[in-house]
Parts: sequence; C-alpha cells; structure tokens
Amino acid sequence: MFGLEAKDFRLLLLVTLLTMAAPFILNPFPVDSGMAQFNAGYPDLMQRFVIFGIFAIGFNILFGLTGYLSFGHAAFLGVGSYAAMWMMKLLTMNVIPGIVVSVIVAGIFSLAVGWISLRRSGIYFSILTLAFAQMSYSLAYSVLTPITGGETGLQPKVTDPRILDAALTGNAPKANLFGLEMGSSTELAMGGWVFTFNVGYYVAAVVMIFAFYMSIRIFRSPFGMMLRAVKSNQQRLNYTGLNAKPYTLAAFVISGMYAGLAGGLMVAMDTQVGAERMFWTASGEVVLMSILGGVGTLIGPVLGAGAIKYMENILSKINKDILYEWFAFMPDGLQDFVITLVYPFIGKGWHLTLGLIFMAVVIFLPGGLVEGGQRVAALFKRKKPSDNTPDGKTTPAE
Amino acid sequence: MSKMNLTRRGVIQTGAVAGAAGLTLPTYLRADGHSGFTNAPEGSSVTLGFNVPQTGPYADEGADELRAYELAVEHLNGGGDGGLMNTFSSKALQGNGILGKKVEYVTGDTQTKSDAARASARSMIEKDGAVMITGGSSSGVAVAVQALCQEAGVIFMAGLTHSNDTTGKDKKANGFRHFFNSYMSGAALAPILANNYGTDRKAYHLTADYNWGYTTEEAVRTSTEAMGWETVAAVKTPLTQTDFSSYIAPVLQSGADVLVLNHYGGNMVNSLTNAVQFGLRDKLVNNKNFEIVVPLYSRLMAKGAGANVKGIFGSTNWHWSLQDEGSKAFVQSFGTKYGFPPSQAAHTCYVQALLYADAVERAGSFNPCAVGEALEDFQFDGMGNGPTLYRGEDHQCFKDVLVVKGKENPTSEFDLLEIVEVTPTSQVTYDASIFGGELGSCNPGA
Repeated sequence: MFGLEAKDFRLLLLVTLLTMAAPFILNPFPVDSGMAQFNAGYPDLMQRFVIFGIFAIGFNILFGLTGYLSFGHAAFLGVGSYAAMWMMKLLTMNVIPGIVVSVIVAGIFSLAVGWISLRRSGIYFSILTLAFAQMSYSLAYSVLTPITGGETGLQPKVTDPRILDAALTGNAPKANLFGLEMGSSTELAMGGWVFTFNVGYYVAAVVMIFAFYMSIRIFRSPFGMMLRAVKSNQQRLNYTGLNAKPYTLAAFVISGMYAGLAGGLMVAMDTQVGAERMFWTASGEVVLMSILGGVGTLIGPVLGAGAIKYMENILSKINKDILYEWFAFMPDGLQDFVITLVYPFIGKGWHLTLGLIFMAVVIFLPGGLVEGGQRVAALFKRKKPSDNTPDGKTTPAE
Repeated sequence: MSKMNLTRRGVIQTGAVAGAAGLTLPTYLRADGHSGFTNAPEGSSVTLGFNVPQTGPYADEGADELRAYELAVEHLNGGGDGGLMNTFSSKALQGNGILGKKVEYVTGDTQTKSDAARASARSMIEKDGAVMITGGSSSGVAVAVQALCQEAGVIFMAGLTHSNDTTGKDKKANGFRHFFNSYMSGAALAPILANNYGTDRKAYHLTADYNWGYTTEEAVRTSTEAMGWETVAAVKTPLTQTDFSSYIAPVLQSGADVLVLNHYGGNMVNSLTNAVQFGLRDKLVNNKNFEIVVPLYSRLMAKGAGANVKGIFGSTNWHWSLQDEGSKAFVQSFGTKYGFPPSQAAHTCYVQALLYADAVERAGSFNPCAVGEALEDFQFDGMGNGPTLYRGEDHQCFKDVLVVKGKENPTSEFDLLEIVEVTPTSQVTYDASIFGGELGSCNPGA
C-alpha cells in the first residue's frame, strides 16, 4: 500500500500507531505516584521526540545510506529555525509558511555547503561540514546579530509587522495552524492518570509520519540503491562510469531539508530561536542519535533520538532530594551510601549515564537499539529450520 | 441523525455498565481552565521551578544559586533561622509556606543554552505544574525563558542577568529582575573612575562579542565619555577565546592608558590574567599609570583571576561583607548551612524567591497578574541592598550599586573584594523608555 511492500507498510503502520498513542504510552505512571518522575508524556518532550526524530531520519539518509558522516547538520537545523522565525515575524503566526520556507532555505544552504564539502570524502568531508557549522554558529552569535538576535536570539514580538495577520494587542503572539494554537492541549483524566493531547504535538507527529514515509520510499528506491553503492565502494562506482557526485549531493540536500524541516517545526512548537542550536555539540548529538538507534535502519534514528531526549529531559531533572525520597526506606548510613553511588549518574551527571549507555551499545550492539530489538525478538521467535535438516542444524556432508 | 430515546431503564443500564467497568469515567479537563490561570496550585503544596545552569561555563554560579533557593524554601516553610524574612520590611510571610501551602520545588539544568533552558522550563510548567520559574545565569537564557513564561502564563523571576535587554528591549509583563544591569554599572563606575584616575583618560575596550558585551561597552563608554574620557578603540573578542594575548598587544601601541574588559566569567579571568602578565599595570602611558577596569565583578571571577584582581575597580550587585542587617542575616544563615559566604548570584536568587512569595501573600493569590500587580512599584528594604523599588514600567529593581576593588591583602579565599563606594539609587536611575521594548500586558495563561 502507498507503494510500500507489506513489511515496510507494517512498520509505517506501527510508527503511526505509536506516535498517535504516544500521550498514553509515554505516561505509564499515575500522576501522584513516585514513578511519575519518569513520565515523558508532556507536550514539550513529546514534540521534541518527533522533531528530533525527523532530524535523525534525515541525517540517516545521508549517513546511513551514503556513509558520508556530516558533522555540521545542526547548521541546517538552525538556518531552518531562523527562516521560520522570520516568516513568523514578517508574514504570519500561522506555522505553514514558516515550515515551508525553512525547508526551502535549508535546502539552498545545504546545496551550497554540500557543493563544496562533497569534493572530499571521509574525515575531510566531516571536518569541512564541521567548519561550516561552526562558522554559521559564530556568525549567528555575533556578526549577524541584527538578523539573528545574537546571544538573546529571536522571538516574535507584539510589534512585529506580520502583514498577513490582524494586529495584536497586549499579549505575546502565539504560533497557530489556521487559528488552532500550537500550545493548546486537552487533558484527559482517567483514574490516577492524566493524559495530555497537545495540538502542536499532533501537527509535528503528522509531519514526522510523512517524513518517515518519504524516507522508506527513498530507502527502497533505485536512488537509494545508488546511495548504498556509494557507501559500499565509491571507487568501483566511478570505474563503472557513473558519477557519484549528483547522487551524494542530492542525498546531502535532502537530509539538509529534513534538518530544516525539524528546525522550522521547533520554532512552530516553541517560538524562540538561539544560535546555540547550531553549535557543534548539536551536530554531534544527531550523530549519537543515529548510532545509538542503529545507522542505516529505518526506525533506528527515531529510537535513538527518543532515548537521548528522554535522558536529557528526565534524568537531568532528578535531584538529590528526590533520591532521598526514593531511598527513604533504607537505614540512614546505607541510604547515604546508595545515594552517593547513584548521584553522579543523575541530575547534572546525565551526560555520564548517556556516555556509558552509548559505549555499551557500540560495544555490545553495533547495530544500535534496533539490533537489540532484533535479538530479543529472535529469542522469542520459534527458530525456523533454516535448512532441510529437521533440527535446523547443518550437518556436514558425509 | 438517529433518534435519541432516553428511557429510565436505558439510563440506569448505561450507568450500571459504566460503574461496573470499575473505571473512573474519563473526565475532560479544559487545559488550565479550571482556576483562571496556569498551574493554579491545588492541594496543600505549591511547586516552584528553579532553572539554573548545572553544567557549562556558569555551573559554579548555578550551584550557588541552587543553594540559595534551597535555603529560601527552607525559610519559607518555617525551617532554619528565617534568614532575610526577619529583616525584610514586608511582614506578610509567616514561615508557613506561601498562602499556607508548603513550598516544593523542582530543579532543571539550563546548560546556559536558551534551547535547553526553555525545554527545562517547559517541562517544569507542563509536567511538574510549576507556578513560577526563576534562575538562570546569562542574559540570553533569561530573555528566552522570560518570553516562554510570558507565553505560558507563569511568573519569571530572573536570576543573574546583567544585560540591559532583560528589562529593556526584551522586557515582558510576566518577568521581573532584581539584579542590576549594564547601564547601572556604567553610571556607578564612572564617578569613581574619574576620582581615582582623572578625567582626561584614553580608554581601550575589549568586549565579549555578544549582547551583554555590547550593552556593557555602550554603558561604560557613554558614562565615561560624559566625564571627559576618550575612547581610543573598542575591539570585540570571540566569546570562546581563551588566550587574549593577541588582543592585549595592540593596546599599548594605541596610546590608551586605561583598559576596560567587558568580559564575564572565564573570559574575564583569562583576559585579565593575560593583561597583567603582559605587564600592562606597570606601564606608564601619557605620564599616567596604566589602569584596568572590569565593569562587572563577581567573587567567583575574582577567585579565578587570583592575585591579578588586586586594586582593579568594578561593580557588583551585592557583596557578603556588607554590614547592614539584611546582609548580615543572609550571610549568617547561608554560612551556617553551607560553610562559606554566599555569592551575589546566590543573594539575588534568594531575594527573588522571597520577593515572589511575599508578593503572593500580599496579593492573596498565585495568579500571575495579581502577583505582578503586587510587585509593581513595590518598595521594600532589609534585603541587603538598602531601600529598593521594583519599578512598574519595566519590572527592574532600583537600588544602590556597589563599586568594588580587588583587595590588596585578602585574608581568606572569599575575602577578595572590598567595597569602595555604595552608589546611591538616584545616581543609577534612568528613564524606563530609553531602551525601547514593550512590556505588554500580563498573561495568566488559561
């Protein structure tokens, strides 16, 4: 269906179901329970999950298929954000023009960066993209302050022209989709549970499902095959008389546009943009997401993005007082001891936890979380006899 | 359209089925709508959000801010020695929480990045139900979070943010700042500099290349030029710069005899150290001793720069060596709890938390609009800065500004600055309209 094979269609269906039911899935604990700390079903984080999912899906089209490791993707995210913000300041608070323009602007910018960077491959390519991203960051932070707002960034103001909107009075302008505010949500209370359905989240989720669908189509297309050929051996490709550059450049621009889309959505959900969005650590983050989830797999980057954003937002908020509450049942000395052991890994130490998990994944599950999932699935699946022999083992001939 | 047949039996049956399912019937809550404003506290407690940098360049300040907030919560809930609540001129706070509700708090890490700070603040508002957000240690973050709070309909009590923009061109009706700003630094410093260094000086500015740097440079320039100084050059330095020697070398050739370092945090520590190592302070230019000025000082910076700060002028919001009742009480209770004196970041955050709680008590409601009204044009005393006014036009506090100098003979690792003069409020007050910006109207959310 939709030009997909049955297996891919099932995957798309699964992703659709998961994103649509996310407010339920991410809030497994009742509000008043001690475990509510681990609930992730609030609008901001859910939006971040899908937006960074889009960012990682796009990055994976470049890195997963062609093997070109870009260290500067945050620049496209940032450029997309600035473009969307200016649309909101000049045209309208409706998110559609902002998102469309962010994709276009990021596409043009990535065409320019890709044109130059793709002259080299391997580490040189990575460094070139990194240099471009840092350049964009520094420009946005200081030199381009009139356009980017510098350190304080940009926000929509009441006094902005916004030629398509009616004049505002008093309060801060809010991003909307034909009058439907991104920030508005409906809460559903069931027993001890509260589930929040946020307009912005569902807008972003629909965009992500579309982005995911596009990525499946790219993965399964002849174009995707060509990109894989670039990854496996570019020299061989050249010797067969094919010029790989147009393909890699196309992949680079597509993934840049995905990043721009993510940037535009970020502004649509949270109307603010600052230069640090383009900092090199942000570029590194998307690399981590892809590797953590599983490079070159369809769903992997989305999972990786979710895992990292979850840790950043949930683990980092656990402070010492909460630990004391958790371990209150222990005798005093033991309690202190356990807290001293746990404390470095939560709160501001969440980077440490992330690092350890990342190492574990890279060492034990080189295919990322997806490989982990496959291994677990394999455990439960009845082993199909892979050969004609009844026990499934290959007995040596003779 | 199908016909609705309501029979008694039908209704009873439906009710029985719903009851039998053993589930509470789902209830739809109109988002935030039930109490007229965002996150109206229900039950016996109220949640405040402390959003401070726990990682990144300002982690030290952040840690001290968090200590101050924990102390404030303890005092608000009636624990400890009550701290500044005893000296505070308003006596609305009873030590039984806020409006009788126990104060609870959630913490978050701003990472000194606007995005991370907003994510953290949004999770406090959306997930933890925080009714007020406070903290932060840079103007970029403060402006970003302030705009978020305006949109979400909660109060923002800014922490350490010194740029004019926070209550200038980016001011918001739901945001309030106790800390002083670049303009006040300039206005307070200029007369002291004139007295000590004369009025015919040539100044050379090194400015951190971002908003705070720009506003500070402008403030110091304007006020020093007004008393006769000449600005030879103003050079912008990248924020990430760690070695300033290439920027220091041209200073001597320029004919300038004063170097103004519009740097903060690690930047200032490095540039000052470089300047002193180059021997600038031993030079004689235009027959005058070469001098260095640091517009914004903090104890943590002075500690980083070590002996290099000796004799160098700067300004600060508050210092623990102040001898008024409020400052003594605060140093006393902070010191008892943590074993060392508080920094100015800790002081401003503690005061902000108390001011918020007091405003809620006086307003009799957590509604941001009511709280805002209670804070606007509120005059108070006993918080360590002398008589203070929370100006209604831009939500900026007006109070005395301290001009300090690096101490020649420090007696301990905390005793690094000495107060040269307490510049009176009248001298640092300015017209609210000079920075532009629009306060807008308060937003209670909902």
